[in-house]
Amino acid sequence: MNAVTCFHYYVVACVLFVTGLFCILSKRNIIAVLLGAELVLNGASLNFATLGVWPASMVDAAVDGQLLALFVIVLAAAEAALALGIALSFYHLHRAPDVDEARELHG
Amino acid sequence: MLSIPILLTIAWLLPLGSFLAILFWAPRLGKHGSAAGLLATVAIAASFVCALAAASLWFTKYPIPSAESHHPPYGASGSQPHSQDTRLADPSARESASAPGLWTQGKAASKTQGPSQLILWNAPSDRSGSTERSSRPDQASRVSPRHELANSPTREPLGPVPLLTGDWYVLAEFGHLRLTLGYYIDTLTILMVLMVTLVATLIHIYSLGYMHEELHPEVSDQEILAGDPPQPIRRPGRFARFFQYLSLFCFSMLGLVLANNLFMIFIFWELVGICSYLLIGFYLERPQAVRAASKAFIVNRVGDFGMLVGLAAWWGAAGTFHFADSPRSLGLFSRVAQAELDHNRTGQVVSPGIREQPSGQVVNNPDYPERPVAYGLLVLGGLGVFCGCVGKSAQFPLHVWLPDAMEGPTPVSALIHAATMVAAGVYLVGRFYPAFPPEVLLVVAVVGLASLLLAGMMALAATEIKRVLAFSTISQLGLMMFALGVGGWTAGLFHLLTHAFFKALLFLGAGSVIHCVGTGDMGQMGGLVRKIPWTAGTMLVGCLAIAGAGIPPWVGLSGFHSKDAVLAQAYLLMNYIPGIGHLLFSLALIGAAMTAFYMFRLWYLVFWGRPRSLDQLHHAHESPPVMVVPLVVLSVFAIIAGWRLPGLGWGIAPALEQARPISFISGQWWPWWVVPPEAESHQDSIHVVVSWLAFTAAAVGFVLATLFYGTGLFRLPSGVGVLNGLVLLLQRRFFIDELYQRLFVAPALHLASWAALIDRKIIDNLAEKLAAAVVAVANSGDLLDRKVVDGSLVGLGQGIYGLGRQLRQVQTGLLRQYLLAVVVGTIVIFVLVQFL
Repeated sequence: MNAVTCFHYYVVACVLFVTGLFCILSKRNIIAVLLGAELVLNGASLNFATLGVWPASMVDAAVDGQLLALFVIVLAAAEAALALGIALSFYHLHRAPDVDEARELHG
Repeated sequence: MLSIPILLTIAWLLPLGSFLAILFWAPRLGKHGSAAGLLATVAIAASFVCALAAASLWFTKYPIPSAESHHPPYGASGSQPHSQDTRLADPSARESASAPGLWTQGKAASKTQGPSQLILWNAPSDRSGSTERSSRPDQASRVSPRHELANSPTREPLGPVPLLTGDWYVLAEFGHLRLTLGYYIDTLTILMVLMVTLVATLIHIYSLGYMHEELHPEVSDQEILAGDPPQPIRRPGRFARFFQYLSLFCFSMLGLVLANNLFMIFIFWELVGICSYLLIGFYLERPQAVRAASKAFIVNRVGDFGMLVGLAAWWGAAGTFHFADSPRSLGLFSRVAQAELDHNRTGQVVSPGIREQPSGQVVNNPDYPERPVAYGLLVLGGLGVFCGCVGKSAQFPLHVWLPDAMEGPTPVSALIHAATMVAAGVYLVGRFYPAFPPEVLLVVAVVGLASLLLAGMMALAATEIKRVLAFSTISQLGLMMFALGVGGWTAGLFHLLTHAFFKALLFLGAGSVIHCVGTGDMGQMGGLVRKIPWTAGTMLVGCLAIAGAGIPPWVGLSGFHSKDAVLAQAYLLMNYIPGIGHLLFSLALIGAAMTAFYMFRLWYLVFWGRPRSLDQLHHAHESPPVMVVPLVVLSVFAIIAGWRLPGLGWGIAPALEQARPISFISGQWWPWWVVPPEAESHQDSIHVVVSWLAFTAAAVGFVLATLFYGTGLFRLPSGVGVLNGLVLLLQRRFFIDELYQRLFVAPALHLASWAALIDRKIIDNLAEKLAAAVVAVANSGDLLDRKVVDGSLVGLGQGIYGLGRQLRQVQTGLLRQYLLAVVVGTIVIFVLVQFL
């Protein structure tokens, strides 16, 4: 049984990131898009945390990655609140949660 | 203090002021310009007053030599060293004979003093005074000092010709050439200014009455019919314009008389010409008036061409424009005098810069730094200037314009014929007399005599009252030219001055007749003496004056004295050059007889006998006083102008004698041609004979006219072929007009039509082709511009626009697509960074 290394964490973070990205790209429902965005954020913050535990060369900066992950979580919470507000008003505007309805920026 | 030049300049400029005032303010000058006439009249009258004041100053300063002191030299011919027979035979006697004529006032003195002294005191402005003048060169005007050089005990000393000259204004200066406006005042100038202003004043006053119709805002000209049915055309009255032109005319003539250099002469010469053009064509609606004005102008151009050549030749000969000496240089006359002295004394030119002193010693003369005057240039200049005078004075062969000029208003005819236009030519010959070599004088005499006879004959058959007078003017001017040509300087100019009075009188009288009767055709007149007695009486005075009536040999009307002087000079010529002299004298006598005949023919046809048109007679009425008074005044002058003041002996002729210039005595090329000294013609032996002969000639003319036209005893037989042919020949003026028409006018018109043809067919065609070619080039350029230049820019714009449209498709507004693009882009960048 191999020990868990930073590589495993990277894989998980990558899976999270790609899953979230795929979710954003494939889902039309705005809620699903938000969910995907959360996944992307989580994948990214996991990466930060991992880099904080297994420093490659920058030993002195070890704690920073952990702290950054915390910041990301907080920011994600704030962003989620904001995004839900946007989703709500979007729904009011279009009477549907479908993001493809929002084509006001169409050239 | 008012000096003579200032007074005369004021007299000269007043008409100009009137001209300008009318030019600028005519609409404001009274109703329909009525005040304009008054303004012009007052201006010219003031001019006359100025001239009178100047004349009185002049004659106080330089009194006219009294008749007593004037005559003895002529009478005392016994003291003269030569009799007329030996003079021509013996060349040495000829030599001494030429001197008195050359220096006309130095007859007896020449013998005692020798010719070398004469040069000192007889030039128009004295040469020995030049040092005195040059010491004060700033002085504008100067008088040639009189020198008491002729100290011969036998006769009283005669000084140089009194002369005032100077420049008012320098127009330009090119090296030695100075173009100036100035004055040259001698007795001739004074008399001319007096005569011009006096006659012009009277004509102005007369015009106030004669041109009265022009005061109406609308004038109907009965001479031209237009429209359907034909009616007299209507035009606005031109009262102010008439007087404006009159003022300009007087100004030009006075300027010509006052001029002191060739350039100024030319300016005013041309101004006189243009004024005559304007006034002859005054009734500009009448085609014949316009034609007459153009004819006068063009014929004068022919003369002025010669004039210009002549002035240039003289300028080339003398190197200066000025007549008189100035502190800077010698004048034309002095340089010519030197030339003629040299020619006559030695037959060859004394080298320049050397002259003889009175003591006989030869010294260098600083006044002659330049080359001597070339005789050929003098002759050319004289002929050229005389050519101009022929044009202006309407001498044969350039006389054709004057009869046609009768189309102008009658006062204009009077002004042209008496005081201004035609007088200018004779005046100019008189003024340039010192510069006319004898060869030219012979031409002058011949042309004058030809004009005298031809115009006299034409007058015999003319039927229109003004035309008779026009021919008579040509004839009388011919007499003046003849007189000048045979050496009668005083006689010719004397006749010019007296002629001015009676010719103005005759023309104004004719105008009065036309005014009364309404036509100028003498065939419709007759018997007018009862209806218009004042006009008839004054015209009778004019006829008597021009015919030369008088009691020979003592007293007569003005024409008697002046014509007498002319004929006396011609008689004198008989003594000098027997053959030609006899011919010329007898022809001149015939001319005098013809003058009397046609003038009395006119008078009888108009005023005497039975009225040939009762209708005309019925309407006839005497002219208003404003027209009659000038007639009376002029007839007084026509009577007395030739008289000498009893006791003092003052008169026009002695006054003119005072201004007599030096002149040539015999030709260099034609030595046989001798100009007789005029003083000899005053001898009693000549004077008595000539005055009887002249009187007889005039009496013959008068009697013939009375027999044919006054009494009706004789009539011209009609139906005789030869006579009819002769009358036709005279009435058609010897077909000279037709000849000119064939010789000059028709070829000119032909040439013009050919030129027009070339213009239209070739040049116009070429121009059109050229234009078409230019249009074609322009079109291709336009095409290039539109298709290539514009096209490329538009294509670029459209391409960019299209690209923009294409790119617009990319911006879908779909959030997920954008995100996909970001992802794919990131991956692509990653790949690129990784593998490239």
